[in-house]
Amino acid sequence: MNSIIDDIRKTARQLLTEGKVDVVIGYEKGSLPLKATPCFVRSPQDVDKLIWDQTCENNLAAFVAKTLGKKAIIAKGCDSRALMVLIQENQVVRDDLYIIGVSCQGVIDQRKIEAETGEIIGASITDEKISVQGMECDKEYSFTDVKDVTCQTCRYPNPVLEDVHIGGSIEVPEQATLFADVIDMENKSDNERKAYFKEQMSKCIRCYACRNVCPLCYCQECFVDCNSPKWLTGGVDSAENLLFQTGRALHLAGRCVECGACSRACPQGVDIRALSRKVNKDVKEMYNHESGLTEEVKPALNVYSTDDPEAFLVKE
Amino acid sequence: MSMGECQVNTETKGFQPKIVAFLCNWCSYAGADLAGVGRFQYPATIRTIRVPCSGRINPLYILKAMANGADGVLISGCHPGDCHYMSGNYVARRKFALIDSLLKHVGLEEGRVSFSWVSAAEGVRFAEVVKGVTERVTALGPNNGVFKVEDGGGTNE
Repeated sequence: MNSIIDDIRKTARQLLTEGKVDVVIGYEKGSLPLKATPCFVRSPQDVDKLIWDQTCENNLAAFVAKTLGKKAIIAKGCDSRALMVLIQENQVVRDDLYIIGVSCQGVIDQRKIEAETGEIIGASITDEKISVQGMECDKEYSFTDVKDVTCQTCRYPNPVLEDVHIGGSIEVPEQATLFADVIDMENKSDNERKAYFKEQMSKCIRCYACRNVCPLCYCQECFVDCNSPKWLTGGVDSAENLLFQTGRALHLAGRCVECGACSRACPQGVDIRALSRKVNKDVKEMYNHESGLTEEVKPALNVYSTDDPEAFLVKE
Repeated sequence: MSMGECQVNTETKGFQPKIVAFLCNWCSYAGADLAGVGRFQYPATIRTIRVPCSGRINPLYILKAMANGADGVLISGCHPGDCHYMSGNYVARRKFALIDSLLKHVGLEEGRVSFSWVSAAEGVRFAEVVKGVTERVTALGPNNGVFKVEDGGGTNE
């Protein structure tokens, strides 16, 4: 892990000194324990701020279009897939971008830890062990126990698009069933699913953290901010929350790269992935498409085939 | 009897659903017109909104109609291959399949939101589709679904 950090810093220093890029987008230690925060390094003497560990949970692709000039970005598998989609959608100029690829073992799910230890007041990470000091108790975890749920089923930990690779690559275990969580949900009765989503949506406070953190939610004006037509009112209502969440999931259809940033950013613990994963599964099954893997394959909703399934039609 | 009323449903005094119908300008709207010109009776349950193409239909239209209390939504466009703009309904078809699947997944009753292709020559079929959709929505009863906002959405536009 430490050699990866050294290599990242060395690459960043070199890029900045040689003037190849104006800014390096990476992670620095956050102000809270077990939290990394995105950082923008603009001069070679600041590169030692950069870190790399299992707390680097943001998807940095979200900052690329908003950052002016030539930029280098430290990209995990999911970050690189998001970058690929952004390039396909002409949001990012490939020539302005230098991608420092790092294979990712997954990130820590803080909520899982906090459920046991209370608020985290201190933590240290060694290679496989995470020691946490909490408000209620101290505890030691192995990383695999507290890995984020998105990362547990991740099939693309290695960057799909990169200019330089740092560290080794990670072998992806063969998965018996893809989308096992969605299949479980589908097998429930209509009423159970309805109740589940109702409960999830009643937690949502529509702070839009999920949207803000999403690398692919880049609309200049989001439909939720639109006054005319007014899609959503100001109130908090679980039906309106569902309108927002399903609307967002449908906007991401064929584009979502499953980085899980939305779920991790959610302060209320809403199961946002349940919706986006369902759409991703449908896109995979109906159109055999996975977003952000190659530049040549166009997003599923940008193309069509004359024999697409149409089982949804009325019977008349 | 004033204009706009219809005899078909007067004998059932019970629930008469309000169904929002998004019809494509070139096929289904003309199909609905043909049903009118040909005097093919169908229940006066639909409120037609003419759109340039089924590809113009935003998923939010469907969700917002449900939020504002529509009992059902019917979406109809040209048959695949017949689109006035060549590929609008093919692109729409991909969207519709995903919308339909996701709405059922989050617990919307089957039959609330219906999709169909009706050409400008299928006036009789348009009447049949509306009859079928009305029957299914009537059986489901008023919209108390997952998207219905209690105060009607509070929008006055």
